[in-house]
Amino acid sequence: MAKPKVASDWLSGCAGCHMSLLDIDERIIALTELIDLRATPITDLKEPDKDGVDVGILEGCINNTYNEEVAKRMRERCKILVALGDCAVFGGVPAMRNFSGAGEALKRAYIETESTDSEGKVPSDPELCKPTRVKAISEVVHVDVFVPGCPPSADVIFYVLSELAQGRMPELKGNMLDWH
Amino acid sequence: MVAQKITIEPVTRIEGHAKVTVHMNADGTVDHAYFHVNEFRGFEKFCEGRMVFEMPHITPRICGICPVSHHLAAAKAGDDAMGAPPPKPAVMLRELMHMGQIIQSHGMHFFELAGPDLILGFDSDPATRNVVGLIQANPNLTIRAVKLRKFGQEIIANVGDRRIHPNFAIPGGVNKALTIDTRDKLLLDIDETIKTTQIGIQIIKDWAAKNAEDINKFAVFPTGYFGLVTPDNALELYDGQIRLIDRDGKQLEKFDGKNYLDIIAEHVENWSYLKFPYYKKFGYPNGSYRVGPLGRLNIVEKINTPLANEEFKIFKALNNGHPVENTLYYHYARLIEVLYAVERAHELLEDPDILSKDILNTCFDIKEQGIGVIEAPRGTLIHHYWLKPNGQLTKVNLIVSTGHNNWAMSKAVDSVAKTYIKGPDIKEGMLNRVEAAIRAYDPCLSCSTHAIGQMPIQLEVYDVENRLTQTLKRD
Repeated sequence: MAKPKVASDWLSGCAGCHMSLLDIDERIIALTELIDLRATPITDLKEPDKDGVDVGILEGCINNTYNEEVAKRMRERCKILVALGDCAVFGGVPAMRNFSGAGEALKRAYIETESTDSEGKVPSDPELCKPTRVKAISEVVHVDVFVPGCPPSADVIFYVLSELAQGRMPELKGNMLDWH
Repeated sequence: MVAQKITIEPVTRIEGHAKVTVHMNADGTVDHAYFHVNEFRGFEKFCEGRMVFEMPHITPRICGICPVSHHLAAAKAGDDAMGAPPPKPAVMLRELMHMGQIIQSHGMHFFELAGPDLILGFDSDPATRNVVGLIQANPNLTIRAVKLRKFGQEIIANVGDRRIHPNFAIPGGVNKALTIDTRDKLLLDIDETIKTTQIGIQIIKDWAAKNAEDINKFAVFPTGYFGLVTPDNALELYDGQIRLIDRDGKQLEKFDGKNYLDIIAEHVENWSYLKFPYYKKFGYPNGSYRVGPLGRLNIVEKINTPLANEEFKIFKALNNGHPVENTLYYHYARLIEVLYAVERAHELLEDPDILSKDILNTCFDIKEQGIGVIEAPRGTLIHHYWLKPNGQLTKVNLIVSTGHNNWAMSKAVDSVAKTYIKGPDIKEGMLNRVEAAIRAYDPCLSCSTHAIGQMPIQLEVYDVENRLTQTLKRD
């Protein structure tokens, strides 16, 4: 049987969930024997295979137009979508921006901050994405597996991936949902 | 051949979201290349109203690769704001945790992110040019690399309970003393970690010897250099004054980080969410400077640990004592810093004061402002808070390490694109070199915009009338 294909991406987050995945340490060797790692931020394929992957993993929340595109593309191309970490599951710390809205936050960062010189302006080049209201991934696309935690522990991530790799749905319960 | 624009999106094997656009001339040469940082979160705004003691927990969420930097910079800004300098053992424990982070972040970058280019090759198959390809090509080395990162993470976890987003430093000190058992456990892995670092140093030196031509034409340009130093200009990552030198190595400034607003400012370009810090006296962009491993080894005159200092002398000789300008030598400088961090962690663990229970100063005298500065793995990190008498923040300003390198990364991207990309037959390896120019700086884009994070690659060709004529994707 071919190894299941797994792709991942990070949206608006801190990369900590991907770092927690690397915290499986030596087990990464075992993991690469179980799965075929496709497009991820730490590999060089730029997007999930057009003919689909078995598992798609998204870290981070959706806080701009580009994140939304990436989330929709991942959903279209994967059979099972995993929301990894609190930002993906709930919006997390970045969702605090919704209290002021993106407009006020942009003004503070690019015009008002004390270190910004007198030529500050909000970047608006067409090459850049547009910040939006901060959303959990499930507000934009259907999510199959929710893995909370900031970040989820390496053990939980390893459990989730090895279950999915062997064709089973992971069942997160008890202390697997605890993190401190 | 018509004029065209190439888009590389997202740039991979870096932290965060970015893309590169390369604008081509009709004759197939590069006109200009831009490095766009494409994400914004807004920590400076949404931290307003939070309590000063919450900041060591909120701001690590800026970056999961170097959360300890934000954790400690926030705690240092808290020390300053609360008027509570921590006792010496607390400072030592914080520095120990910081050394753990330097080891894990630099180690992970060299082997897992940049390593595939150096060990497998810039032009190797993108499908396997990654850590999995490394496992297949050299399993023993990969296991060593995994253990190196693990050692750094274990220092952080043993001191601060968690590997990522630890719970340890608080304004005035830290919340847990170190036990003898934990100290002894950490000491066990020092020798093996030094050995792995030396293997890494040999890899980069061998690579540099074989690829001298690339080293010397790959984004080599003069800038100023900036970072913390000890009073006698030795390498310092936790605390000290900031030294700024010019392109020839002459000192321009040596100042207390609390005065940063007098010395540097940030410029905004419309095409990036990442701002461009510069030395105010020289203006933008003449006052641009570099930070991080290369910047730090250029501003210091020595390293106060023996093995790292021996290697530093070799580094210093690369350009006859003048600042080293080659972007690819960031990799070498980064590993010399790992060596320092392991040796320094060893020194700290051997010092009996590390076991002291005098870890917290609770005599508070709340000020109107607090500023914390630290050398994060990627460069100088500044947290500045304004607060009410009850400790609630009214304003927050953050200058994050990768930001200082923004002009240099943009320059490197432009320079490498002009050196290596020749139309009309554009190869994937040419584009990977452009990404490698960014990778050398190990940018943490989530950090730098407190707000960034994406980099894969797509190449779009437009004709002179701006019609899309060709799209190439790396997938």
